[in-house]
Amino acid sequence: MSRSTPLIAGIFGSLAVSVFAMVLVPQAQIGGLQAQVTRDDEGKIIDVYPTDRVKYGAKVYASEGCIVCHSQQVRDTQNGEDQPRGWGERRTVARDYIYDATTFLGNSRLGPDLANVGAKTWRNEAENDPRRPAKRDAAWHYLHLYKPTAIITESNMPPYPYLFEKRRISGARSKDALPADQVNVEDGFEIVPKAEARELVAYMLSLDRSHPLKEVKSEAPSPAAAAPAAK
Amino acid sequence: MTAVAENPTQTSEKTVAPIGAAAGAGTSSAQYAIERAQIDKSTSTAVLWFFATAIAWLFGATVFGLIASLKLYFPNFLSEWAITTYGRIVPAYNLAFTYGWCSLAGMGVGIWLMARLCRVPIKAPGLLIFGAIVWNVGLTLGVWQVLLGQSTGIEGMEMPHGAMWIMFSGFLFIGLWGAALFRARKEALAFISVWYLLGAFFWFPWVFAIANLLTSLPEIRGVMPVVIASWFTQSLNIWWFTAIGLAAAYYLVPKVANRPIHSYNLASIGFWSFAFLGGLTGMLRLSGGPVPAWLVTLSIAANIMMIVPIATVTANLLLTMKGATHMVYQSPTIRFTFFGVVMFALGSVLGVFSSLRSFDKYLHFTPWLEGQQFLLLYGFFSMVIFGAIYYITPRLVGCEWLSSSLIKFHFWGAAYGGSMIVIMFLLTGISMGGRMADPESLFSQVIGSSLEYLAGRIMATFMMTLGHAIFAIHFLLMLLRIGQPGGSATVFETHEH
Repeated sequence: MSRSTPLIAGIFGSLAVSVFAMVLVPQAQIGGLQAQVTRDDEGKIIDVYPTDRVKYGAKVYASEGCIVCHSQQVRDTQNGEDQPRGWGERRTVARDYIYDATTFLGNSRLGPDLANVGAKTWRNEAENDPRRPAKRDAAWHYLHLYKPTAIITESNMPPYPYLFEKRRISGARSKDALPADQVNVEDGFEIVPKAEARELVAYMLSLDRSHPLKEVKSEAPSPAAAAPAAK
Repeated sequence: MTAVAENPTQTSEKTVAPIGAAAGAGTSSAQYAIERAQIDKSTSTAVLWFFATAIAWLFGATVFGLIASLKLYFPNFLSEWAITTYGRIVPAYNLAFTYGWCSLAGMGVGIWLMARLCRVPIKAPGLLIFGAIVWNVGLTLGVWQVLLGQSTGIEGMEMPHGAMWIMFSGFLFIGLWGAALFRARKEALAFISVWYLLGAFFWFPWVFAIANLLTSLPEIRGVMPVVIASWFTQSLNIWWFTAIGLAAAYYLVPKVANRPIHSYNLASIGFWSFAFLGGLTGMLRLSGGPVPAWLVTLSIAANIMMIVPIATVTANLLLTMKGATHMVYQSPTIRFTFFGVVMFALGSVLGVFSSLRSFDKYLHFTPWLEGQQFLLLYGFFSMVIFGAIYYITPRLVGCEWLSSSLIKFHFWGAAYGGSMIVIMFLLTGISMGGRMADPESLFSQVIGSSLEYLAGRIMATFMMTLGHAIFAIHFLLMLLRIGQPGGSATVFETHEH
């Protein structure tokens, strides 16, 4: 029996070291992060970031497995070309995610990064590419979800027709109906997003992690981000 | 320790346990043979249960994998239904492959090895079978839930917690047996395989419980669930799959080559550096991500130092094989195991280099990571486990494999198909990583640069599927006791030069 004691103790020790370094210390360091609160000279709160995120859409994002192809993290310029690609103007940090219902950092990019897909400046084309849409609003996302190739002909993103339903038009066409010239639907019918698609798009449009944070030096410094980053 | 001259592929083993022969001095080889037969009889039904369900999962996972690789190339394929969408098929594939095939087969091999090496028969195999059934129920439920869209959304831990805990309670019935066998062992000094097995059966439940418990707490938020999931995935890779794979390799290589382990000191250095360094490599997947930089740096440093266990383990196994390399042409077990050991070395070294920031910067987020994961779990782990199943099953059912040609087909399907899949993943990674580094390129060009590799992967997956189908049929025949009469193992024909 005694000969096996060092073996068992060693195995236990390796687990303890691992849990300590990889789980407990990180939790102590970043587990309690709070939102960044900015006050004016009189001590009144003028800005809080981040705030609560759209929760229901995150569930759809999880359930459809968007994370399999899309990450939500922007690396700094030393670590990759995420920022020149237009996916964000600064790297993302732990504080950006504190209110995410589920944090979808992701390990794989078979599609673009979505950390800031709801931001106006987000792009997945070169700055002056004619294919860059004027705006990526809900209508753009609905069509893209229903039939990605209607927007990017060579896209290999799977279509999500089951997040939409065909409806007989009663009276006027509904506001969210997909453009009739883009989708195959017989006269008198329209294709509209189901609740899941609406929630998912609302969630995506809420994804904007471009707000300045004091711990990140912005690559293209905005006046608000000029706070001292390097102490 | 004298090696008895004999045909090492024979089922009727005359060689004594690979180590600790002195401890059993006075026991004749005939008594050993009786003891072995008793032990095999006690484990037979339970271990076959593990193998059979594992192989069923392997086949299921292969089909999921085939659908996934087809969908990547033909995105409209099966896109009408929610349950076959790419984002659900891929996690379902991962769950079926890791918890279905790898874990169940690994536990079956582990229990058999533990009983053999501790020289203790199992008294109540019914509990083991019960554990296997509960594990299968939990896993089936979990895969269903993911396909129905109830994934947790945490990468690497997609299975809903309820199903996870069912699986875990199944494991307790299995893991406790590992501990019980170790306690009751008759060998004073545990063989190196027992170290790895003891580690695996200890690490797995703790890592599993800690990770699942913490990620279900509301206090653990922000990036912390992702940190824990990364630690969890990597810990299972190292402490569960690699540990069981190495335990099997350390048993099979000396056994079939009929030589003692080359160096016990090397084995010991290998084990301890593996145990301690392996536990610190968890954050490689978060390289460049929104986590404290020291965390990733620590993991990269530990991963570089993993060169020590990789080199010692590989050298030890290869030196043990020295002089018996002709066995690769003869023994199915050794052919699979040897292939696995070579892939272990290759995959681990590749893993060390690609974790360096200057490479990772390009390869991160590309299918390179998937390729590495597949190299570890298939190229190394699964191949060694195939070898072990070819070795163990005849001892449990009392007859030998029906046909060496079927084994050969399986080997080539698995080795060629599997290698091609890995190569395609890695090439996709390189070509996508290169394109991604050019910020002027459209994202569709990034994907477009690797379409031919995606197509290649489909063909390779077909080949592998064929190999697995042959293996499944062959195993089924063994379960029905349709095979060659027991006594001399099914070997490949050798050509004298």
